[in-house]
Amino acid sequence: MVGWLFVAPALVMYGLFVLQPLVLTVQYSLYRWDGVGPATFVGLANYADVVSEPRLIETLFNAFRLVIFFSLIPVTLGLVTAAIIQRVARGWLGTVSRTVLFLPQVIPLVAAGIIWGRLLSLQGLVNELLTAIGLGGVTRAWLGDFDFALPAVGVIGIWVLLGFCTVLLLTGMAKVDPALYESARLDGAGWFAEFRSITVPSLRYEVGVCVTVTVIAALATFDIVYVSTGGGPGNATAVPGIQIYILAFLERQVGLASALAVVLIVLVLLVILPIQRLTRGDA
Amino acid sequence: MRVSRSELFAGRAVLLVLVAITVLPFISIFTTALHPSGDVPPGLDWPADPQWGNFLEAFRVANMTSLLVSSVFIVLAVVPISLVISTMAGFGIGLLRIPGARWLLLLFIFGLTLPFEGIITPLYFLARSMGILNTRLAIVLPLIGLFMPFAVFWMRAHFVNMPNEISEAARVDGASTWDLFWRIHVPLAMAPIASLGILMSVWAWNQFLLALVLVEDPSQRTMAGALGAFQGHYATDIPLLSAGTIVILLPTLLLFIVFQRQVISALLQGSVKG
Repeated sequence: MVGWLFVAPALVMYGLFVLQPLVLTVQYSLYRWDGVGPATFVGLANYADVVSEPRLIETLFNAFRLVIFFSLIPVTLGLVTAAIIQRVARGWLGTVSRTVLFLPQVIPLVAAGIIWGRLLSLQGLVNELLTAIGLGGVTRAWLGDFDFALPAVGVIGIWVLLGFCTVLLLTGMAKVDPALYESARLDGAGWFAEFRSITVPSLRYEVGVCVTVTVIAALATFDIVYVSTGGGPGNATAVPGIQIYILAFLERQVGLASALAVVLIVLVLLVILPIQRLTRGDA
Repeated sequence: MRVSRSELFAGRAVLLVLVAITVLPFISIFTTALHPSGDVPPGLDWPADPQWGNFLEAFRVANMTSLLVSSVFIVLAVVPISLVISTMAGFGIGLLRIPGARWLLLLFIFGLTLPFEGIITPLYFLARSMGILNTRLAIVLPLIGLFMPFAVFWMRAHFVNMPNEISEAARVDGASTWDLFWRIHVPLAMAPIASLGILMSVWAWNQFLLALVLVEDPSQRTMAGALGAFQGHYATDIPLLSAGTIVILLPTLLLFIVFQRQVISALLQGSVKG
């Protein structure tokens, strides 16, 4: 019984400030409520709205599009970068690049959003560089462009997450048995064959962690979008987090916001569980 | 490992490009901050007459002194309490193996996948009914709760790997469960506790959503929350906004450069365990 007393304080805080609001979210989602007056029970009507109203369902599509930028690209590029550091930069260059690449991971995402808001603006560095290499024709206010705003937000995500993936994968690579590489060399394998048949498979677990963390970051993104675009232009970069915030605190549609929140929570679980099974299954 | 000269060259070139891409945004925001207030300068341009005063001005209008006090207060309230109660829970679940430990662990792990915005709406109404809305407590209390899944998971991973002999020896000497925890196991757990402390400090400092929703006055917020408000006020004055961003970033950057080894290894262990 004494053991429970050790767990109790943590459980109480978790229960009060995470589990209780979680239950309340589900409860709110069944009501129409403006946050002040009386609430009306509406059953699953809010969920019907989430899947039928374009401005709500689109946020979910946007979140999945962001997975490409927040997860697929940083993990792939991180693998390549880590392999490069491992092979050609074991000394000071490796240390310096590791530290520098990691830098965006420790600053607040809000700051990343502000910094890139400036870079991607009409007079920003990105357009300057494009003009310098003769691509002056494609310059634009990237975050204000209906077609390019979402990829532009995605670029911010790559910048933030690449270092994290690189450093994590690098620690995994350090554990791979060098004898594997030696024998591959004897068989005449090139660097790509080596990368594909030794490095990547040995890193299954680390890749799994990278994918899990970055996919959650993509689906649950809020700070970067709030600061850099606010979800615009139109609905182009609206993600569930932003839409929940707008619905609950600006439009006072607490029930609808909560239904979207429940859908988001369930989606994250549905995406993460199979990834965990795949990477831990027989590890 | 033998590496050809051309591969050496190409690999290092790619690396330098990536490092440049990572650093250039910081340099751009720095040169922007040195331009006269109200200008819209080009992306990378050293001004003829650098306005170092912009940093002082940003420090003043961002109310930096009270911001620092507020953020430090939040970190000092959240981190020690979270460390104590999560270490106790990790000990109970991982080492004492209390009945139902498996289920408790699963319950906490479930929280690892939970996006903060999923529960932010009820948190607002909870804080309102508790009368703590717009006070720092509205950030502190939920943040402790939100840190629990990770913190308990982390400490449990340490305790579950402690050999039983240590506890048995202490029991033979007549130690109570509390003595066993406080005198024997906590001193042995200092390394994971320290890493966890670093991690939670960074996360608390950078926490934005809770601050945005639960506290209106920027001077009662976290650093990240205050930066959001600062952007709201000075979005059109790009040099001043840039200077403010740098001023607010500086404490984090300095701490990272001093403690980079610890921060990186803590964040990595954290995610691998997670």
